[in-house]
Amino acid sequence: MATKLAESRPDGELQRKSVDAVVIRFAGDSGDGMQLTGTQFTQSTALMGNDLATFPDFPAEIRAPVGTTYGVSAFQINFASYDIMTPGDAPDVLVAMNPAALKVHLRDVPKGGTIVLNTDAFTDRNIAKAGFGANPLEDGTLDNYVTIEIDIQKMTLAAVADIGVTNKEAVRCKNMWALGLMCWMYDRDRQPTVDWINQRFGERAPAIAKANVAALNAGHAYGETAELPSGIPAYIVPKADVQPGVYRAVTGTEAIAWGLVTGARKAGLELFFGSYPITPASALLHTLSNLKQYGVTTFQAEDEIAAVCSAIGASFAGSIGVTSSSGPGVALKTEGITLAFAAELPLVVVNSQRGGPSTGLPTKTEQSDLYQAVYGRNADSPLPVVASCTAGDCFFAAIEAVRIAVTYMTPVILLTDGYLANAAEPWEIPDVDGIPEFKVDFATASDDFHPFLRDGKTLARNWPVPGTPGLMHRIGGIEKSYDTGHISYDPENHHRMTKVRAAKVDGIADDIPLQEVASGPSKGRLAVVGWGSTFGAINQAVERSLAGGLDVAHIHIRHIWPLPRNLGDLLAGYEKILVPEMNNGQLITVLRDRFLVPAEGLNQISGLPFKVSDLEAAIRERMEGQP
Amino acid sequence: MNVQTPVEQLKPADYASDQEVRWCPGCGDYAIVKSVQRTMADLKLAPEDLVFISGIGCAARFPYYMATYGFHTIHGRAPAIATGTKLANPELDIWVVMGDGDCLSIGGNHTLHAIRRNVDIQMLLFNNEIYGLTKGQYSPTSRLGTRSPSTPQGSVDAPVNATVFALGAGARFVARSVDTNQKHLPEILKRAHAHRGASFVEIIQNCIVYNDGAFSGWTDKAAAADSQIQVEHGKKLIFGKDGDRGLRLDRNSLSLEVVTVGDNGVAEDDILVHDETNRVLANLLGAMEHPEYPVAIGVLYCDPAETYDSAVHRQIAESVEKTPPTDLNAMLRRGRTWTVAPS
Repeated sequence: MATKLAESRPDGELQRKSVDAVVIRFAGDSGDGMQLTGTQFTQSTALMGNDLATFPDFPAEIRAPVGTTYGVSAFQINFASYDIMTPGDAPDVLVAMNPAALKVHLRDVPKGGTIVLNTDAFTDRNIAKAGFGANPLEDGTLDNYVTIEIDIQKMTLAAVADIGVTNKEAVRCKNMWALGLMCWMYDRDRQPTVDWINQRFGERAPAIAKANVAALNAGHAYGETAELPSGIPAYIVPKADVQPGVYRAVTGTEAIAWGLVTGARKAGLELFFGSYPITPASALLHTLSNLKQYGVTTFQAEDEIAAVCSAIGASFAGSIGVTSSSGPGVALKTEGITLAFAAELPLVVVNSQRGGPSTGLPTKTEQSDLYQAVYGRNADSPLPVVASCTAGDCFFAAIEAVRIAVTYMTPVILLTDGYLANAAEPWEIPDVDGIPEFKVDFATASDDFHPFLRDGKTLARNWPVPGTPGLMHRIGGIEKSYDTGHISYDPENHHRMTKVRAAKVDGIADDIPLQEVASGPSKGRLAVVGWGSTFGAINQAVERSLAGGLDVAHIHIRHIWPLPRNLGDLLAGYEKILVPEMNNGQLITVLRDRFLVPAEGLNQISGLPFKVSDLEAAIRERMEGQP
Repeated sequence: MNVQTPVEQLKPADYASDQEVRWCPGCGDYAIVKSVQRTMADLKLAPEDLVFISGIGCAARFPYYMATYGFHTIHGRAPAIATGTKLANPELDIWVVMGDGDCLSIGGNHTLHAIRRNVDIQMLLFNNEIYGLTKGQYSPTSRLGTRSPSTPQGSVDAPVNATVFALGAGARFVARSVDTNQKHLPEILKRAHAHRGASFVEIIQNCIVYNDGAFSGWTDKAAAADSQIQVEHGKKLIFGKDGDRGLRLDRNSLSLEVVTVGDNGVAEDDILVHDETNRVLANLLGAMEHPEYPVAIGVLYCDPAETYDSAVHRQIAESVEKTPPTDLNAMLRRGRTWTVAPS
């Protein structure tokens, strides 16, 4: 459609310049609808067949005072005609809806980059509020950039003038105008956005729907007809050459929700999800609340403790109980988690990590809860820990967490983070029928029944469910006898039970895949070892380094605890080990402790994902002297 | 297979587990467990459908002594655990057992919310006004001035009234009874069990070691008639050895006053009739304290409403009806998808 519109230009001479990859960042006030603009652009881009990755970056304040730098919300999308894994290091195009957005994001735009400016917003007051000494449009600040200065607000108001919306409603359409312009510039189809607008507002507020569509179309038409400054061509980003299949855009949050539902189904259980709202984990509660027809019960508890306890109570009753939070909330759940560990009930605890400690940086991403997941409990309470590494991988990681929980009758920590939770990527939809089942067999009555009868292989206790005649039993947090399941204060029994609980969790290492090398050789000069959401950035950096002839490999660990059986031997095959983490060095402690390897950390604790270029530079640095 | 005794033939003792009871000799909990077991037998409840869930404290050992399903959890959280258990299987008959510290101190929040949500469970508060298991510290229901290891000069914080708290939380069923009153307590437990929704029962319980006699001023046999009032729906609020004392509403102060029929022109018609659906009256009755007033025992309030668990499952059923569950492959394909054809 866009191509046709382009051809309809009066001069008929539009030549689209073909580029392989583009990074666009939309930035504006948190009330300007930048996340929505970015999401819609993502949908269109996904449907165009590009590979993509996104990075929503928003403030903790819902609506900070208008025009301030701390109220700036941004959404970055990287899309390409080839396989990409990160939202991009630096934007090629910055859309700045006000001076504050320009102030915050200008430093990331490389010289020569394009900046689209909503000039209406550059009033003296806003310029001062953003912290500029003078008008950046006039004082040479932008000399090294290509700027497109448009009165977006004025244009929007004109476009919707006849529709009969209030001035305030009209102004709010300006994000759609900017989106329309970007759709024209990068040859995106507007129809998915039109459909979305109509679905969202159509029945409820037809005038608002009409205004938004009008603004979108006006922005697009502006691109077609306006005399843009020279050097601003329209672009085309050819389709990526991707594996044939059915695709959709997915965020980590959606993938975890679907993975939990799928895991429960594979186990033959109902899913119970108890949660308390916390950024950035709340979206999982919202998503699952809309999946009730798939055997899901959601419960918004009164607090984090009740959330985990309700999930434990549900597992006791024979559902798979799941709870979800971020680091501070998981801290509150800790006593409940150890109850589930002691009572040996299945439970999945999803931690969407964010910047900490304490309230920290609630809307920013971090990987700083690995210690909490692996070590952060009283007593000898080892737990399996699984970490997802991409938005799409969250689906499989969630299934794996459910599988381990029900197979081994144990709580499992599933680590994700704020970046994965919000970031979107195209995802080849898997065939659920091809995913192996792990159906649960509840205990049945027998003469030797007691609640701590164990499976000889997994060491998991049997799972007798209330309501079953003949299996009445009592469990709880007090130590239980290995032989009868009754309360026991016997010293040798406590020693034995502690050992068997640990052996059970250790034994999971025999039931998870051996560690593979994601890229590069299986022995050599340098291994870059990561976990979680750094996968994309590390992989791209290692791939580029390999292409440049460097002897480097990428190892990405999914099973943080227990670790894969071969990991120690694998790591021993490299001269150097570099461990990039978005924390002050946590996985590295585990690796050094378990394998006594001379690992070196590369730590970024900015609340932002790694840049590929920074990782490449770090790799190069450790390769100095390589022949 | 275990041989199952038909439910109709179960006796109170059949609801007792084989575990040795470890409460102090003379503890009021013995009387309560006996009442509960008798209630189960009287109601002919199937042991496999019964679940006792407790937190931490002396009272919380309760589930171990019942030959039913049981979960001895963590301090204060039993109502939250029970909420999850009930939502996962609404068919289960769930009894939550809590002490006063468990229910109203560390677990106060969960008590509040289980009540306000109206989860269909029985919530039994064993109130002995002291921390027993941790050796005698004062509790949130201890009276002002209670001397304890942590308050050697006497406690200075006002206690919470459990029934008034429950009513304030929006309870639809609030009752009170006494551990040793083996006639009254099982009847109250039956009412609690019959009520659909969160049934909150305060059971006054004597801690023989750390707070012995805390209630004897109104629970002792000799004192009971003049210091307790057994409330029953539709019946006059009358008490006393001679049955001539009663409660009258002072319309000026909107408070209850204790009157004697025949004195100062008080007629029988002046005595209030108990209406267990009247929340205001329930508050007034629950707040009465000895010795100024007789202590009210019985069902103070009962006015059922839709339970949380049934509302949750109603919504689930509505979701299924609105969008029939398709297979999971269809779930993953909801919304926008696109197909990349083989090139």
